[in-house]
Amino acid sequence: MPIQFQFEPIFAESDRIVDGVLLTLGLSFGAIVLGLVLAILLVAAKSLLGRWVGLLVDAYVELMRNTPFLVQLFMLFFGLPLLGIRLPGTEAALLAMTLNLSAYATEIIRAGVDSIHRSQLEAGLSLAMTRRQVFQHVVLMPALARVWPALSSQFVLMLLASSICSFIAVPELSGTAAIIEQNTFRSFETYIVVTLIYLVLALTLKVALDRLGRAIFPRISSVDRLDAKAEAA
Amino acid sequence: MPAVLIEDVHKSYGKLEVLKGVSLSVETGQVVALIGRSGSGKSTMLRCINGLEAFQSGRIEVAGHVVDQDPKRLRALRKDVGIVFQSYNLFPHLTVGQNIMLSPRITKNVPQAEALALAKDVLAQVGLSDKFDSYPDNLSGGQQQRVAIARSLAMQPKVMLFDEVTSALDPELTGEVLLVMEKLAKGGMTMILVTHEMNFARNVANTTVFMHQGKIWEQGPSRELFAAPQTPELQGFVKAGAQG
Ligand SMILES: Nc1ncnc2c1ncn2[C@@H]1O[C@H](COP(=O)(O)OP(=O)(O)O)[C@@H](O)[C@H]1O
Ligand SMILES: [Mg+2]
Repeated sequence: MPIQFQFEPIFAESDRIVDGVLLTLGLSFGAIVLGLVLAILLVAAKSLLGRWVGLLVDAYVELMRNTPFLVQLFMLFFGLPLLGIRLPGTEAALLAMTLNLSAYATEIIRAGVDSIHRSQLEAGLSLAMTRRQVFQHVVLMPALARVWPALSSQFVLMLLASSICSFIAVPELSGTAAIIEQNTFRSFETYIVVTLIYLVLALTLKVALDRLGRAIFPRISSVDRLDAKAEAA
Repeated sequence: MPAVLIEDVHKSYGKLEVLKGVSLSVETGQVVALIGRSGSGKSTMLRCINGLEAFQSGRIEVAGHVVDQDPKRLRALRKDVGIVFQSYNLFPHLTVGQNIMLSPRITKNVPQAEALALAKDVLAQVGLSDKFDSYPDNLSGGQQQRVAIARSLAMQPKVMLFDEVTSALDPELTGEVLLVMEKLAKGGMTMILVTHEMNFARNVANTTVFMHQGKIWEQGPSRELFAAPQTPELQGFVKAGAQG
């Protein structure tokens, strides 16, 4: 018997799907912006505030990068209430995504900061800047420019990993899919549609981040060429 | 009161002693050329003067500041002492104008309008008024180095240090940079410059100092020093066309 695809029941739930997509996008954008800001602060703290702060940042990064995202999510959603902090699912999801992403982004941005040649720091210091000013005005933008492609990949991964938030009944795209599946008994069709939507979202985000990178860091390639010249000299 | 006073400075990297008791005095408005083979300690000497390198013993006073490693005092010193490096070290993500205005704005709180006027003024001094909005990577090496000099000048320093600022440049581009430095010297700037340009040292520097193996081996008024070097080491160095 040939397989009979029936997509009509799925499309009948399109309002639900749109809501799910919007929540997935909202969580992802929120986590990207907040996670990026947090990561920059963590890298700055590690670079500027001495050994003990650096070790704390390292510990945080290793903790978040060496435990499953699902477990982190459960810790926040089921664990925090034991401490008297009760977060609704969506907030817990946003917090978990932000913390998780910030750890990966910290590691990436730190590599970018390390790649900035010492001569740039010396130029800033020689112009009477404080180390904080050197970090903020001299190091940060070229460092971000260099690692923007790696950051972008991490952001896309986070978009996809947001599907895990369906485990705490957050009605983002995957959570919505589970509901539709129950309503329609059309598992395969449901997940074909959801797969395609994730694919489109991820590819769109990737292209958008590439464009954004080129807009924010117009000299993204020149940074490297300049240092290559100075090295050769 | 000399503008720069260096007294018996010793500096080691680990076990390697790089400066073995250097003393030097530079009067206000004087131009001193530092020459010597590669590895003789010229850059280290210069970097000790603005505190980029710490030294183990001795004393340095520059533009009225005693050099130590206290960050606050170092910043005060660096507002009065500019340095230009061989590799320009312009900030690649900022335009020429932004490169120049950044430090006056954030370290001296110079108002935007004043910083702008200052930047235009120093850019005119180095002959690059039309490059205000260019990015460093759109400039030639010689132009980048002139911007680096302008960026230092915008801090209105009392003393300027130059570390082989033409060594990374193609020969046809060194002239424009040397010209800017000569103009500065004529304008009365106190300068210490490490250079391989022997003609420039002879013609522009009041005093030339020959460093060898971490010591000041020989020094004197530039013309005399080049006309009649006393030590065999300097004689060899001058004869060899001052390589390294
Ligand atoms: N950061 C450093 N660590 C260890 N040794 C260094 C360092 N910088 C310079 N040196 C050594 O110090 C000596 C003097 O170097 P430098 O001052 O750069 O000489 P010059 O500028 O005259 O060529 C050289 O032997 C060099 O290898
Ligand atoms: Mg040198």
